Amino acid sequence: MKFLLVLHNNPAVLNALGPEEQQKLMQGHAGFIEATQKSGELIVTQALGDPSQSAVVRVRNGMPVVTDGPYLEAKEFLGGYYLIDVADRDRALELAAQIPDASIDGLGVEVRPIMFEAGAEM
Amino acid sequence: MSEPGDVEDLLRELAPQVLGALTRRYRQFDACEDAVQEALLAASRQWADDGVPENPRAWLTTVASRRLIDEVRSESARLRREQTAAALAGLHPEAPSPEQASSVDDSLTLLFLCCHPAVTPASQVALTLRAVGGLTTAQIAAAFLVPESTMGPRISRAKQQIRSAGARFELPAKPERSERLAVVLHVLYLIFNEGYTATSGDDLLRPDLAAEAIRLTRMLHRLLPDDSEVAGLLALMLLTDARRPARTGPGGELVPLAEQDRSRWLASEIGEGTALITAAVNHPPLGPYQLQAAIAALHDNAPDPASTDWPQIAALYAVLAHIAPNPVVTLNRAVAVAMADSPQAGLDLLAGLDDGPLAAQHRLPAVRAHLLELAGDLDGAREHYRLAARRTASNPERRYLLARADRL
Repeated sequence: MKFLLVLHNNPAVLNALGPEEQQKLMQGHAGFIEATQKSGELIVTQALGDPSQSAVVRVRNGMPVVTDGPYLEAKEFLGGYYLIDVADRDRALELAAQIPDASIDGLGVEVRPIMFEAGAEM
Repeated sequence: MSEPGDVEDLLRELAPQVLGALTRRYRQFDACEDAVQEALLAASRQWADDGVPENPRAWLTTVASRRLIDEVRSESARLRREQTAAALAGLHPEAPSPEQASSVDDSLTLLFLCCHPAVTPASQVALTLRAVGGLTTAQIAAAFLVPESTMGPRISRAKQQIRSAGARFELPAKPERSERLAVVLHVLYLIFNEGYTATSGDDLLRPDLAAEAIRLTRMLHRLLPDDSEVAGLLALMLLTDARRPARTGPGGELVPLAEQDRSRWLASEIGEGTALITAAVNHPPLGPYQLQAAIAALHDNAPDPASTDWPQIAALYAVLAHIAPNPVVTLNRAVAVAMADSPQAGLDLLAGLDDGPLAAQHRLPAVRAHLLELAGDLDGAREHYRLAARRTASNPERRYLLARADRL
């Protein structure tokens, strides 16, 4: 079963971390990636750029209108994700708990099942 | 010149025999498995161009042995060399391997090894498909819609775990054999279900896992013809697979059993499955696969939904719930009881599932919606169809459930 482990970032929370904690966070992700690659559970992970780099496209009357900035003004935004393939939901929850973000006050990891997929031939 | 399909079939049939012979000789299952995989890839390239050699099995064994020795001799294996030197003593890679009389036992031993309890079911499935089924990592990855870079490590990890568990290349001892056989049957059933429930497509790169599961279970039935649960599982697969052409509509939408065009069911599979299960139920003990196959046979042999023998099906589910109780059995039993007795009797059975593992899944509200519809509670039915639609992870299923809700 495939799940998306969604990392909702909150800049206020992340910026409040000391350099050591930030370092620990990075290392935690590196360790998580290595472990899930070895176990054959990780499909892909990607970290997204800052929302200030986003653009939102809306087509109105057939004309695209591009606005800079995030889709929603929110304290939390989509920071990145892990796409995993695991035995069951319990295992997905277990892995989510191993992501360092899950242990940081004010952050959490959202676990959502994948329903449909299409794309490059795997 | 040979037809590519014929070469492929031959390779996959020979794969477990060659791997069995190699593992029995050199012991290291994980290294042997890699070597055989490479030999299969080499063969599929070479045989398609040059034709199949006179003794294809000896060819594969020789090439795989050579790969194994290359691996042992290579830099990365230097540390292991001393340990394996003994195993390799007396090896002559150029000489064709003598034909093994016991390739039949080897395939069975391999199945037990791949379905070792130290490994998770997902990895048992992947390893079985590669080592016994002869599929490539790329094919297995495609079947499960994951990249090769995910599937490769999963298979390697499974082999490591089997090695760490101290498993040896031999049949499990008699006392634990039936327990271990249950795991093998479960893995084969998982493979079948993955293939059967996956959205059907014309993707030729995606191997047909249902057909592969049937092929492997057929092989197991040949090896253990007297085991009535093996026969039951093969019958269950055939009787389920027989409905496949009618199970989805032109747009990929699901067609429920009662609305399927029964003229599209595969008569030959129904005939074979029915014969198997009829013979198997005469050989006690009665197991869960035989019971499920007997239920499937009753459905498959009913000319139309109205003439389905629901009382008999409800009775078989009652036995199944007794010998192998689980929430999914209760769910199916509730439908049979609703048809045989009354919708309310079915709904009463469902009430027991509200605190269980199915409570958060889509199937419970879907079945409840169906029974509420039968009972005439259309508002309740609509609500539960929609609840089920929100919870399902399958697009065709979601469309089907929403359509049911809208139709009321």
